[in-house]
Amino acid sequence: MPADHLDWLRREGRIVVVGASLAGLRAAETLRAEGFTGSLTMIGDEPYEPYDRPPLSKGVLLGKASPLHTELPHRREIDAKWRLGVPATGLDLSAKRVRLADGDEVEYDRLLIATGVRARPWPKEDEARLDGVCVLRTREDAADLYRRLKAGPRRVFVIGAGFAGSEVASACREMGIEVTVAERAGGPLVGALGGVVGAVAADLAVENGVDLRTRVTVTSLEGDQAGRVRAVHLSDESTVEADVVVVSLGSVRNTDWLAGSGLGAGPRGIACDAGCRAFDFRGIVTDDVFVAGDVARSPHALFGYQFLSLEHWGNAVAQAETAAHNMICHGADRRPHLWMPAFWSSMFKVNIKSVGVPPMGEQIMIAQGSLAERRFVGVYGHKGRIVAAVSFDNTRWLEFYQRQIERGAPFPVEYPTVDRRPEGRQPVDAQFPDPSLPTHGPMVTMSGYSPADQQLVFHPARH
Amino acid sequence: MPQPTLLSRITDFANRANPYPLYEELRAAPVLHEEEDGPYVLSSYFDIEALLHDPRISSDARNLAAAGDDELAGDETGGLPPSFLRLDPPEHDRLRRIANSAFGPPHRPRRIENLRGDMRQTVKELIDGFGDERRIDLVDQFAYPFPVTVICRLLGVPREDEPKFRGWVDPLVASLDPAAGQDTGGEFQKSAQEARMQLGMYLAGLAEQRAKEPRDDLLSDLVNSEGPDGAMTMMEVLSTSVLLLIAGHETTVNLITNGMLTLLRHPEVLARLREDPGLSVRIVEELLRYEPPVQLVPQRTCIADVEVRGVTIPKGSRIWLVLAAGNRDPERFKDPQRFDPDREDIQHLGFGSGIHSCFGAPLARLETQIALSELARRLENPRLVEDPPPYRQNAVLRGPRHLNIEFDGLRD
Repeated sequence: MPADHLDWLRREGRIVVVGASLAGLRAAETLRAEGFTGSLTMIGDEPYEPYDRPPLSKGVLLGKASPLHTELPHRREIDAKWRLGVPATGLDLSAKRVRLADGDEVEYDRLLIATGVRARPWPKEDEARLDGVCVLRTREDAADLYRRLKAGPRRVFVIGAGFAGSEVASACREMGIEVTVAERAGGPLVGALGGVVGAVAADLAVENGVDLRTRVTVTSLEGDQAGRVRAVHLSDESTVEADVVVVSLGSVRNTDWLAGSGLGAGPRGIACDAGCRAFDFRGIVTDDVFVAGDVARSPHALFGYQFLSLEHWGNAVAQAETAAHNMICHGADRRPHLWMPAFWSSMFKVNIKSVGVPPMGEQIMIAQGSLAERRFVGVYGHKGRIVAAVSFDNTRWLEFYQRQIERGAPFPVEYPTVDRRPEGRQPVDAQFPDPSLPTHGPMVTMSGYSPADQQLVFHPARH
Repeated sequence: MPQPTLLSRITDFANRANPYPLYEELRAAPVLHEEEDGPYVLSSYFDIEALLHDPRISSDARNLAAAGDDELAGDETGGLPPSFLRLDPPEHDRLRRIANSAFGPPHRPRRIENLRGDMRQTVKELIDGFGDERRIDLVDQFAYPFPVTVICRLLGVPREDEPKFRGWVDPLVASLDPAAGQDTGGEFQKSAQEARMQLGMYLAGLAEQRAKEPRDDLLSDLVNSEGPDGAMTMMEVLSTSVLLLIAGHETTVNLITNGMLTLLRHPEVLARLREDPGLSVRIVEELLRYEPPVQLVPQRTCIADVEVRGVTIPKGSRIWLVLAAGNRDPERFKDPQRFDPDREDIQHLGFGSGIHSCFGAPLARLETQIALSELARRLENPRLVEDPPPYRQNAVLRGPRHLNIEFDGLRD
């Protein structure tokens, strides 16, 4: 791009950010911090300024934080036009216009898509409408669930023992509420961390009084005559009475609005290059459309250049900063987004943290601590090298393993460590479920090498 | 005569007032191994940061003894079992968890904050105590007595016992820093030994009382801990208390003294602090980078070969992590030799990092913030009598032995 055009863009260009949450806000701040003085429009489907979501499944449910007060701190003034509570409904790449639900159209010179994900709803719509059937993604979801938990339900039923579902179960137990959790796999967190670690999470849940049902699916939700949910029917033909059901089946990427736009967007996200530029469905990179956050899938050098989709807080921040930087700089100054996947969770008073891509690992070694004590660092290996690590109440060592992943250090881990136990001397099968089986969604997904994600083109309607 | 080694120049008392040029030399050889039986000395920010999180690096006193202890590694607990500072997981983790449940969130989220009033009062009394003097020694008259009072309140030492307690702590702390030429085998050490015993017996008696009648203090929580880890044994309670006392004392004295020295050398920052006590938060963080009270960690060994910048540190080697050198590493910090509380990314190795990161950090931060902002507010026109001031012997816990300050009056 000629320098004078870039200068003009930085000075008086129009940048539109679709998605007014963590990634959108951080991108906007970066644009301003790096000297963009043109017009900035922030479009968000929720009627709120950007807020933080991690507390919603933790402190908010316990009443320790208000769902209405998790606003993200602003790092700087961004001087933007806010279009909140109005979802984007379409994109015209050639006319460079975003269509809004209220019929308005917004023109852009550069576009950033950061529309994120939404909670995957219970697939049977009439059952999903029953009073007491909840999902947890937005601040309104959290306020609603908090209100229901506080009312003292006889039993809460959580469908899906991923991180969000397990955190909800943990909050319930902390409040003294009976809770049943149903999981298709053999234990909680299995999609994200494998069966070896899942077994620890299962013990943890059961010991804290969770009624954990594994290797079952929910077949139907039953309502009473007033339209309130009253029972859950399971594939093992058992029935559990519950007056709150939390559907925690992972998320759906908000790409529907891009159907027909020509972008490489689909159920697995929007493909972009390492510089955050979106691909169109032909696999050609676009010049003016960038992607960041949960909705993006981008190739990662450390993991064989497969496209990675990450639903991680830290990834959203880092990718937003990179995307914003690349939107307003010369080609030679662009940076790749090379974020090391990392996420954290807390449940039943245990801190869980992971780096790298655990589901890529075939084997796991407990390099430090002990599974039985539920304080350990597990290291995942793939084809002779370390690709991920997970810690239970052992966070402070994780930086070390992150560096091991970055330099492609060999697996198994041969050297001694300060807390190596006999159980950690040999690698074992990490026990990830067959990836073709649907589960609650592991939050880190390797999604192959194709940027086009043609599923969208041919099956746009259903996720 | 052979050229003295860089390490011996760093430990040489003559260089105590300003070791930073030597640290710069050190960083030119970021993995320095000068003598066959000597330690590997690490001085780059990123290398130190990495090794502080490296599970092949041990803090266990037994591993250190096997590697050939040296004079700098010290031994602060004499006779007691090793404190968690000198242990590896899982023993370290268990003791630190219990200690932490008595000290901070989530079990005791307000314990430190609740000391704020006591700290303010103590600081006020110490400054009032300057009376009509217009020239004081900030070390002896302020920085030294302050942390002992705070630790007494934290542990739960009754006020009437504080003078007695102080009487034991003084020789004990002094013994950590034998002045040059002092007879280290004689009376000096004997009185420290005696004080250590007296202090131990006193704490044991107090702990027994607290086991029977718990109060709202740290000692009560240590002996009555009911978490999954159980309570500490009496010996563990003693070594933990002594650790908090010793490790928390000298370092806080130095942080406050280095802080005031640095502020007096940067009067524009001192003036800003006088107007805005809130600036003390940033000042203390920058101080922990610029003049850290623990200059280096000499107590680590590696239990496997570790490669750093192409150099293999063989299994069983002693490793020194020179925090103060890493804190001024130009690879990490812009303009590293500048004291600048307005830095955008004040980070530092001043409290270490990883599982042994300073246990008392929240306490030390609060004490120093209060101390410096009150000194700045109350002393009229303070100035250094001599620069540099006389230093303590200790190269690890480096700080002035005296800091003579003149001023024109005291504000209320």
